[in-house]
Amino acid sequence: MSGTFDRTLSSTDVMRRRATLLQRMHIDGLLLLLLLLLATGSLFILYSAGGKNWDMLIKQATSFGIGLAAMLVIAQFEPRFMARWVPLGYLTVVALLVAVEFVGYTAMGATRWINIPGVIRFQPSEFMKIIMPMTIAWYLSTRVLPPGIKHTVISLCLIVVPFVLILKQPDLGTALLVLVSGAFVVFIAGLRWRWVFGAMAALVPIAVGMWYFVLHNYQKQRVLTFLDPESDPLGSGWNIIQSKAAIGSGGVFGKGWLLGTQSHLDFLPESHTDFIIAVLAEEFGLVGVCLLLLVYLLLIARGLIITVQAQTLFGKLLAGALTMTFSVYVFINIGMVSGLLPVVGVPLPFISFGGTSLVTLLAGFGVLMSIHTHRKWIAQV
Amino acid sequence: MSQPIPLKDHEKDAQLVRRRVIVGALVVLMMLAVLIARMYYLQVVQYEHHSTLSENNRVHVQPIPPNRGLIFDRDGRIIADNRPSFSLTVTRERAGDWRKTLDTVVEVLQLSAEERELFEKRVLQGRRPFEPVPIMYELSEEQIARVAVDQFRLPGVEVAAQLVRHYPQGEHFAHSVGYVGRINEAELKQLDSVNYSGTHHIGKTGIEKFYEDSLHGRVGYEEVETNARGRVLRVLKRTDPVPGKDLTLTLDLDLQEAAEAALGGRRGAVVALQPATGEVLAMVSQPSFNPNLFVTGISFKAYGELRDSIDRPLFNRVLRGLYPPGSTIKPMMAVAGLDTGVVTENSKVFDPGFFQLPNVKHKYRNWNRGGDGWVDLELAIARSNDTYFYDMAHKMGIDRMHDYMTRFGIGQRVSLDMFEETAGLMPSRDWKRARYRQAWYPGETVILGIGQGYMQTTPLQLAQATALMATQGKWIRPHLARRIEGELPVDPQPLPDIELRDPRYWDAAINGMEQVMHGARGTARQVGDASLYRIAGKSGTAQVVAIKQGERYDSGKLNERHRDHALFVAFAPVHDPQIAVAVMVENGESGSGVAAPVAKLVMDAWLLDEYGQLKAEYALPLSAEAGRP
Repeated sequence: MSGTFDRTLSSTDVMRRRATLLQRMHIDGLLLLLLLLLATGSLFILYSAGGKNWDMLIKQATSFGIGLAAMLVIAQFEPRFMARWVPLGYLTVVALLVAVEFVGYTAMGATRWINIPGVIRFQPSEFMKIIMPMTIAWYLSTRVLPPGIKHTVISLCLIVVPFVLILKQPDLGTALLVLVSGAFVVFIAGLRWRWVFGAMAALVPIAVGMWYFVLHNYQKQRVLTFLDPESDPLGSGWNIIQSKAAIGSGGVFGKGWLLGTQSHLDFLPESHTDFIIAVLAEEFGLVGVCLLLLVYLLLIARGLIITVQAQTLFGKLLAGALTMTFSVYVFINIGMVSGLLPVVGVPLPFISFGGTSLVTLLAGFGVLMSIHTHRKWIAQV
Repeated sequence: MSQPIPLKDHEKDAQLVRRRVIVGALVVLMMLAVLIARMYYLQVVQYEHHSTLSENNRVHVQPIPPNRGLIFDRDGRIIADNRPSFSLTVTRERAGDWRKTLDTVVEVLQLSAEERELFEKRVLQGRRPFEPVPIMYELSEEQIARVAVDQFRLPGVEVAAQLVRHYPQGEHFAHSVGYVGRINEAELKQLDSVNYSGTHHIGKTGIEKFYEDSLHGRVGYEEVETNARGRVLRVLKRTDPVPGKDLTLTLDLDLQEAAEAALGGRRGAVVALQPATGEVLAMVSQPSFNPNLFVTGISFKAYGELRDSIDRPLFNRVLRGLYPPGSTIKPMMAVAGLDTGVVTENSKVFDPGFFQLPNVKHKYRNWNRGGDGWVDLELAIARSNDTYFYDMAHKMGIDRMHDYMTRFGIGQRVSLDMFEETAGLMPSRDWKRARYRQAWYPGETVILGIGQGYMQTTPLQLAQATALMATQGKWIRPHLARRIEGELPVDPQPLPDIELRDPRYWDAAINGMEQVMHGARGTARQVGDASLYRIAGKSGTAQVVAIKQGERYDSGKLNERHRDHALFVAFAPVHDPQIAVAVMVENGESGSGVAAPVAKLVMDAWLLDEYGQLKAEYALPLSAEAGRP
């Protein structure tokens, strides 16, 4: 940042002279490379996890294409443009969430979808994953940092409204991620440490309160199962016991691609969606898991570098929150499949089968690219 | 903090964010470290545990039951084989609410409530987890189709093909070969649970029970890969089962049928032995039953009928029927009398029609009330003179009599390989003291001389005692197995041969038996006269109800079921005994009149060829014939 640069040159001159083709297309090469790497790996694992189902692969590849396109489109918008429109976006999505509450489409015991028959069916809560950090970043970026009580409270209100709406669907996983993505903005904006720790300390009574007033029976069951999976080995403990067996039996080098018995013999439930890391761990072992985590680490590192190099406060807050939320995704998913955390419906980013989460994630990375490539004096990196 | 004029300081904001990002980066690294540590713990530290778990998930070991050994008669005709049969199995763990599933089965196959009850009992019977339990055997094509159509309503229910025991000869060998039946809970506790892990049936009686170990074979295994729903996907490893050993019996189907025919529908027992080898040629206990009923599980009603029938078809009269041997014991008594020296071949006893102990009024009657006058040993046997044997028994005393009769197998289990043989009873002073806490009375010895009193024998023991006469004391336990997969059966506890002071004593007793059949005053001369070969025989009657002193046996007054049992023992041809027979006809009354013709028919069936002529190999050389009386 404080490096020397030629103030006499206009930005267009710099662009013309030093920006590469990728930069002019508002693409971050490293991010794109890592994402393509993950996409390729994902298809391989999915081929195995889905029982060599080509339809599934084609669907996932298509989702990837759509997601990449969305990412590239989003990357073209300037962060300033996003900041201008985000309040409207926030209100729209909250309105949609309220609409879900009343006219939502119900499947698998949850009301999460807006369904316009024959046209589209989508989850408004997915949009919130991106809108939420944007909104808080927009709100805080124009305030003095670190934010005072008033702005903090307003931010928290902005976070809690969609959180509660999503929680009621019920969709604990998404709700938590939305909560976390907003909270990270507040954190990066310099929320006082004593408040950070205070909030953490408050988690205990909140958790107890949630247990009694918010959590649904199936969610309570998940927590109980997490605490003692062996208590119900054939019922709700089955998933976690089997996924641990799948991971553990992979050993250091794994059983080999397509040779995982746990997933191929249907012992592992949800093997192509939320529990796909177990397939990877079973077939490629500790080595495979570490490689995947390395790719994730590089993605996160790149995101944090983008955060630091962002030139606007809005960009910094947004990039930081998106990156950290992404890492939480990874942690929650792998933590839950390996029995460290209770089971919440969080897919493994870029690997789990599922178009929506893929598109949302790639849109987030589009935002990161936008932040990074719309800087003035772009040539310095 | 709250500055009077809030101004944005971009450099300060940037530093603040940078500090927070560094904290965030540390948190991210920490989370990744936690994940890697967790994975390391699961995949390296607990690898063995999870590997086993996963393998146990996937690999199931399925037992492959061995094929039960076949059973043949002595000529290789099949007596017991295994027939493929379709049975309906239920796996309780996969049936959900299995009682409801049973209801559906009953509904689909249109069965009765009684069968439903039976199914439930079978499902509940001792079993291993995840084992399909057969509840119904011998499904028809139509039933299989019905189950297939409604398969979706019948979780855990499968049609399985398996080999089921079948007895093509039906009733003929029910008492000798026995049958197999479903393993019950008590048996399950005692069995080698590994070896029987795939087996549903076990020998229940007879040869099937006695040679269970040989017939069963050794279980095989199949390691199969199953998916989470228990479906077998492929076989990983297979250890073939070792089939059970085939068994060739000593029994002869033709002779068995002939013996049954000879009984002519009467209740009774026939045993035919080959004296030189101890092989049982025929073993008949009539009435009999169809052993096939028991294999697939007999219905309560059918079983009740068999069990409660007054004719007792389930009762094995040959091995478990106990009868006083009556006069059939006399040849053995004669041998004992000669060997102990209480009589000689020529010593005579005067028979006035009864015997009296010194200073006792009680008269022990001869069957011929008029008396036979002076009687020697040969005539005593031929006429079945009771007085002679009362006298002999009294002189011999219970101790020596017990000793000799025991050596003839009375009161002992004589067979080598027969299940549930009863030992019978040869009384002694010790026995009576233990049983009744009483001293032995001389009168009890006297009546033992004619095979009455406490003495209890099975038809098999009588046949064996007769065979011992034929072989002149050479002991070979009667047995049913001729070859077990080519191997001869081995007697683990052979009995000592009967050695006499003088082997000619045998001839004396045998002469007496021959006179029974062929002598001018022989009791069974009507039968002997018609014979193409020389027979040595002895008749007897076994009392069913006691006759009081001074009363006469009057069959007309007695209930048919209380009439005496007719006994007859014989061997032939005398010069080269090929067959020894014991016949018991329940309530047949007359040994010589009823039982002897049965024995004759059995011996004819064995010794005569299809033209009714004596088989050449059994004929007596002409010169020898001339020398015989």
